[in-house]
Amino acid sequence: MVRFFDFNKRMKPVIKMLIIAMVLIPTQSLAVNPGEVLVDPVLEQRARNLSSKLRCLVCQNQSIDDSDASLAKDLRVLLRKRLVAGDSDEQVVDYIVSRYGEFVLLQPRFGFHTLILWSMPVALILIGFLVLLFRLKRRSTKDTLNLTEEENARITKLLGKVD
Amino acid sequence: MIVELGHYTLVLALALAMVQSVVPVFGAKIGHLGLMRMANQTSIMMAVLISFSFGALTWAYVNSDFSVTNVWQNSHSLQPMLYKYSSVWGNHEGSLLLWVLILSLFASMVSIFGKNLPPELKANVLGVQAWILVAFLSFVLITSNPFERLDNPPLEGKDLNPILQDVGLAIHPPMLYIGYVGLSITFAFAMAALISGRLDAAWARWVRPWTLIAWIFLTAGIAMGSYWAYYELGWGGWWFWDPVENASFMPWLAATALLHSALVMEKREALKIWTVLLAIVAFSMSLLGTFLVRSGVLTSVHAFATDPERGVFILTILVLFIGGSLTLFVLRAGILKSGGLFAPISREGALVFNNLFLTSALATVLVGTLYPLMLEAVNGAKISVGPPFFNLTFGPLMMPLLLAVPFGPLLSWKRGDLLAALSHLYWAFGAALLAIILVIAFSSDAPILAALVIGLAFWLMIGAFAEISLRTDVRKNGLAKAFDRARGLPGSTWGTAFAHFGLGVTLLGIVSVSIFETEVIKAMKVGESATISGHQLTLKGINPRKASNYNEDIINFEVLSPKGEKFIMRPAKRIYTTRRMPTTESAINTSGFSQLYVSLGEVSENNLITVRMWWKPQVTLIWLGSLFMMFGGLLSLADRRLRVGAPKRAVKQAKVETDVQVPANG
Repeated sequence: MVRFFDFNKRMKPVIKMLIIAMVLIPTQSLAVNPGEVLVDPVLEQRARNLSSKLRCLVCQNQSIDDSDASLAKDLRVLLRKRLVAGDSDEQVVDYIVSRYGEFVLLQPRFGFHTLILWSMPVALILIGFLVLLFRLKRRSTKDTLNLTEEENARITKLLGKVD
Repeated sequence: MIVELGHYTLVLALALAMVQSVVPVFGAKIGHLGLMRMANQTSIMMAVLISFSFGALTWAYVNSDFSVTNVWQNSHSLQPMLYKYSSVWGNHEGSLLLWVLILSLFASMVSIFGKNLPPELKANVLGVQAWILVAFLSFVLITSNPFERLDNPPLEGKDLNPILQDVGLAIHPPMLYIGYVGLSITFAFAMAALISGRLDAAWARWVRPWTLIAWIFLTAGIAMGSYWAYYELGWGGWWFWDPVENASFMPWLAATALLHSALVMEKREALKIWTVLLAIVAFSMSLLGTFLVRSGVLTSVHAFATDPERGVFILTILVLFIGGSLTLFVLRAGILKSGGLFAPISREGALVFNNLFLTSALATVLVGTLYPLMLEAVNGAKISVGPPFFNLTFGPLMMPLLLAVPFGPLLSWKRGDLLAALSHLYWAFGAALLAIILVIAFSSDAPILAALVIGLAFWLMIGAFAEISLRTDVRKNGLAKAFDRARGLPGSTWGTAFAHFGLGVTLLGIVSVSIFETEVIKAMKVGESATISGHQLTLKGINPRKASNYNEDIINFEVLSPKGEKFIMRPAKRIYTTRRMPTTESAINTSGFSQLYVSLGEVSENNLITVRMWWKPQVTLIWLGSLFMMFGGLLSLADRRLRVGAPKRAVKQAKVETDVQVPANG
């Protein structure tokens, strides 16, 4: 039998996360605790910027910056550690993606697999304008050619009178 | 017994819907007036039956009848009365019943107010409404029956989800549903036009008020939901680009586009086919939204797979209606003749521009919302599409559109003059320029882009009234005459002005809170103080309190504002006793248009409380703007010329218009 859905590979991490979530979410606390905040305000600002673009993996649709879950807290601490160690923003993000997959990025990377997604807005506007332009052209040529022979004859006659 | 009766009337309504979905349409086909008229009675009967059914469920909730599974799962005898009512739709089954109820009420309104509609059109419209009713009534009865009983009724219910125990739930879903379902009328009209192959300005006259009603309620529902999330979730955000939010935003975008294109169709007989397509798209978005929220496909693809019955059922409804209507559109759209030529720079041209950008924005949100699902289905890759993506794509798409908004009403039909329009906008231009300069001068850290967007907001707000000032002309006419003229202007002109003004107000709120917001996070003990944007907050003490269905710790803050005023703010941490679920209640203090927002985090053993404070400048403008938009919608709806009851004259007028217009094919 062909297996479309590898349960062990696909579901186990999800179930694990759900269990973690169920255990941890009730101890509700706010995102970004004072203890996590870095002393260097520039570094802290970078950390906040990055963490607002990373997904909390056990939540529904929250960034780790907003989330109370402890996994989000771990990620916040982790990315701050890397920043303090001197990593650039990209290096931090690469590191986290290498551990958690691209799913963690709230802003998907531009690539072959997201080509349609990213090009959609621009493509639609362009296509829309082209279609409109095309219709406009077709209409204006049609209008001038739309006279019947009779009407053309009348025009020649009228023009002749003016001359 | 009442519960069983409610179940029974719902089944009866389904039977009636089945009859109504066939007989009147057939009557219209063979020209039998009696068969067509039957829909008048059946649609009203259905509304009565479903209302009774909804009343029965409400009765079960109000009396805490826990022998009904649905009541037991979502209610509690100690809940305050308001939440007993709103619990009715605070769950899957009940909310679908509300959906069906509103649908049937709308259908009965068509039959009551549509006395002047051509009988064939009315029969077809009511027939299509009945198709939708059949689909959703079967969905409720087969997969999501709210009237199921328990064998051994427990003494106490499991309580409503604490996050939903709020006035927000009482208002937000009904508003949104009226909006969603209101679009079904427009859809039914579009389908009727395709079935009969007839579509004239009178049709547009009918469609526009219904779209307006739906649009007003959608606006209200979305704005309300946004404010609810803002104060209830305690993260201080007001829009998260969450799929569920997108599900309500997409019909709004489609309805906004539809409003504008229906305008062209009504006045100029142009864009007919496009308007019909938009009407189909708008309701399809409503259906899609219902599917996304109700099937569980969003929480995870796996939730969908574990309980496939509901998901597959609603997916079938979705495919049947969207696929069916689009097929019908492809087959029949050719019959609808379009007329009304216009130059690119004209009122029509401006409205086409509007439609191009709104539909592109709609497609962007749609693809962004569904892309992760599609990609996972194609190659198993899991990606997320979140707020940064939408901000990067949706934002820039809106800018050219917003820039063009003030021009639209100033251009004349058929052929407009851009320069002349611009010359009426110098006030708006001056205000925008002044705003940009002031922002750059007084706030050194604001990015240039922010200053430009603030300028754009002022351009919108002032520019919205350019048409009014042009048509009253105070300088030429004097104040008294100008006032007279202003009163004489049609409601739709005022409506446009207020709606566009509201757009500017909302934009100003959005940009100012995203750029100038400040945030302080601090772990505090009793007696300690924190300062944010000139406000000094002192933690005075902790008051425990017992309410009927929760216990809470209220944290008292004494706040000293920069102006020297003193007030108390009381954020709280609650534990709902039944579900043992903790929630945080934020405290908000409004001064002017701005708000001070205080939310609580963890309380550690040594009584150290994590406090998160925000100063949100001009944040209320976001929702205030939506109020202006709704007000504009109401003004436009009240316009005498558009009143639903006056289609007779409308037909006549439309005829005259047809006669003068340039024939499409020579």
